[in-house]
Amino acid sequence: MTQFKHNDDSVVVIIGSGAGGGTLANELCQQGIKVVVLEAGATQSSASFINDEWKSFSQLAWTDPRTTSGSWRVAKDFPTLPAWICKTVGGTTTHWAGASLRFQEHEFKTKTTYGDIAGANLMDWPLTLQELEPYYARAEDKMGVTRTHGIPGLPGNNNFRVMYAGASKLGYGEVHTGNMAINSQPRDGRAACLQLGFCFQGCKSGAKWSTLYTELPKAEATGNLDLRPESHVVRIEHDAKGKVSGVVYFDKHGKPQRQKARIVAVAGNSIETPRLLLLSASNLFKDGLANSSGQVGRNYMRHVTGSVYGLFEQPVHMYRGTVMAGIVRDEARNDPKRGFVGGYEMETLSLGLPFLAAFLNPGGWGSEVTEYLDNYTHLAGMWLVGEDMPRETNRVTLNAAVKDKWGNAVPNVHFDDHANDVALRDHAFTQGQRVYEAAGALKSFRTPPYPSTHNLGTCRMGASAKDSVCNAYGQTHDIKNLFISDGSQFTTGGAENPTLTIVTLAIRQAEYIAKQMKARAI
Amino acid sequence: MKTISISLSDASNACHEEDGRVPKLKLPLARRQFLKGSGVLMGTLAAGSLLAALAPSPVWAVPLKKLNEAQGRALLAMGRTIFPHKKLPDAVYALLVKDLDAKAAADAKLAKQLSAGLADLDRAAGGRFVDVAAAEQLKAVQSLKKSGFFETVRGQCITSLYDNDMAFAALGYPGSSWDKGGYLTRGFQDLTWLPAPPQTASPPSFLG
Repeated sequence: MTQFKHNDDSVVVIIGSGAGGGTLANELCQQGIKVVVLEAGATQSSASFINDEWKSFSQLAWTDPRTTSGSWRVAKDFPTLPAWICKTVGGTTTHWAGASLRFQEHEFKTKTTYGDIAGANLMDWPLTLQELEPYYARAEDKMGVTRTHGIPGLPGNNNFRVMYAGASKLGYGEVHTGNMAINSQPRDGRAACLQLGFCFQGCKSGAKWSTLYTELPKAEATGNLDLRPESHVVRIEHDAKGKVSGVVYFDKHGKPQRQKARIVAVAGNSIETPRLLLLSASNLFKDGLANSSGQVGRNYMRHVTGSVYGLFEQPVHMYRGTVMAGIVRDEARNDPKRGFVGGYEMETLSLGLPFLAAFLNPGGWGSEVTEYLDNYTHLAGMWLVGEDMPRETNRVTLNAAVKDKWGNAVPNVHFDDHANDVALRDHAFTQGQRVYEAAGALKSFRTPPYPSTHNLGTCRMGASAKDSVCNAYGQTHDIKNLFISDGSQFTTGGAENPTLTIVTLAIRQAEYIAKQMKARAI
Repeated sequence: MKTISISLSDASNACHEEDGRVPKLKLPLARRQFLKGSGVLMGTLAAGSLLAALAPSPVWAVPLKKLNEAQGRALLAMGRTIFPHKKLPDAVYALLVKDLDAKAAADAKLAKQLSAGLADLDRAAGGRFVDVAAAEQLKAVQSLKKSGFFETVRGQCITSLYDNDMAFAALGYPGSSWDKGGYLTRGFQDLTWLPAPPQTASPPSFLG
């Protein structure tokens, strides 16, 4: 194992080892750049993952204290758990379902396309789909995304069969088993999917792409990666000139350490990333690092989400096989005639009995709930995921009233649904229920949002330093050697699951960082 | 075959993850276990039921540390009123009582809340809650639905009732699949009451 010295100021320090951090690490290491990855969580493996929802949640989820506010339903149902994301080597790529969809062209130009929408802080991305296409292609190849690069689609399970039948009857045309970063055949040293049904609990067959067993070991094999699990960064430091110089973290023994750095890249997911910039406030940067725009922590997005569970006369056994087994894409387009801008995807989803009981109708009880659980084997499930409106007031702030175990203010996540979000969700619920009705459902249920898995936008990229945190490469406008390397960069959220775009941006960012280092620009 | 734990110790540790085995229980209980607690809930699984066939013994028992037996019975009935499942035997609802009892033993404030809440429940039922008809029980529980006591019991139901092997078996959730090789050759495409999607939408499986 490569080990770099704490006072080695030639290394790139990456905070987080998930889709953004893990990918960036490998891409840099492949180019001969020395990297230290500081990951707050511990190391698991396919062997140690657990096919048990609650136990796995304890093993993988980020459960450090957090608070919530705002009118969103999550604040009521899960006041201390705004997000269902991970604290483990590989980050949330251990937990994600694998859906890997490119953003649509107009989703990079929402201000231009949607126009002025009151209460929404829309902005065009400082890059286009055309610019990203070659990087999307590299990401899809790296991750082994089905229906790209000649990789066949996955076989659909029973849950998909129900979705397909209903969607076809409704006249939907783009319905298939998706573009998934799950091996439909052996590839890249990993086996084909065994249809375990526990995608969210860490893939025990390794068929699903995760940085844990792809990017990180490949980076380690170069000899350029020093991966330090159970290392929780509490502060990014800078020198007198305002360049970042290193980070302070608590190591696995709980001892404070200082790691010097030439460059720091933050990839802690969209709650911890802005929190860390805010916690790193100094005399020079009184409002937190890279925050001259005042946008750090703002424009928090989480996708408009919801689920529909359909109850059928005959068995479905939705839990068998891949969790996100298929998709309807017809509603992903922007068509304001529906009463909202942006679009949404409909993706199959299943929960095991323990989590269905917890999430079907949080706070609910009585026969309305038990009827569904009694018929667990006769349920089909889908997740609805669509674009939400960025709002300056939806934001991650420091809550000084609550401290974590290192004595630092915990993040508060404030969110109010925009009227467009409400209209989109309502449309999606209606269409989801119609799909199941068309397939013969006896009844169906509208399940409110789960804790957020798609956390985005809190350090958005933009053309101007006045109203954005970083540029099109994730480089912060204020501090040239400080980068944002996760979904926090997203200017707007699109309708698609974000991981593919996070990986795509990380590949592009790595190329940029390597060039800048070579040119001695940073 | 997997047997079913009525769970005298910690239900969450009852199943060995490595091989999926559930340890068999030594029933009937030793006398000293009765003596330790302040009460004990006992019952039997219906003869001929699915669970009776799987369980090591038709008799189940939950010794209580803090609650008395009457309180245990009332909580069990309250759990069944909040989440009424014909398919779940009392032995599953007894897990709710066991978990609340364990928490009450460790938390005086919670013990007080439960004790006061159960008294309120009896008052709302106009007699002993366990003795009134199901419809009256529902009314009594509804009258308390805004209370912290109700939320404590309802919240505990989520993890106590639905995260155990008996509920899995009764409601048809098989739990872990890795140890059985997943569903690739075990029915992930066995739904026949709807037409199969075309291969363009759902390509064939890779079977090596």
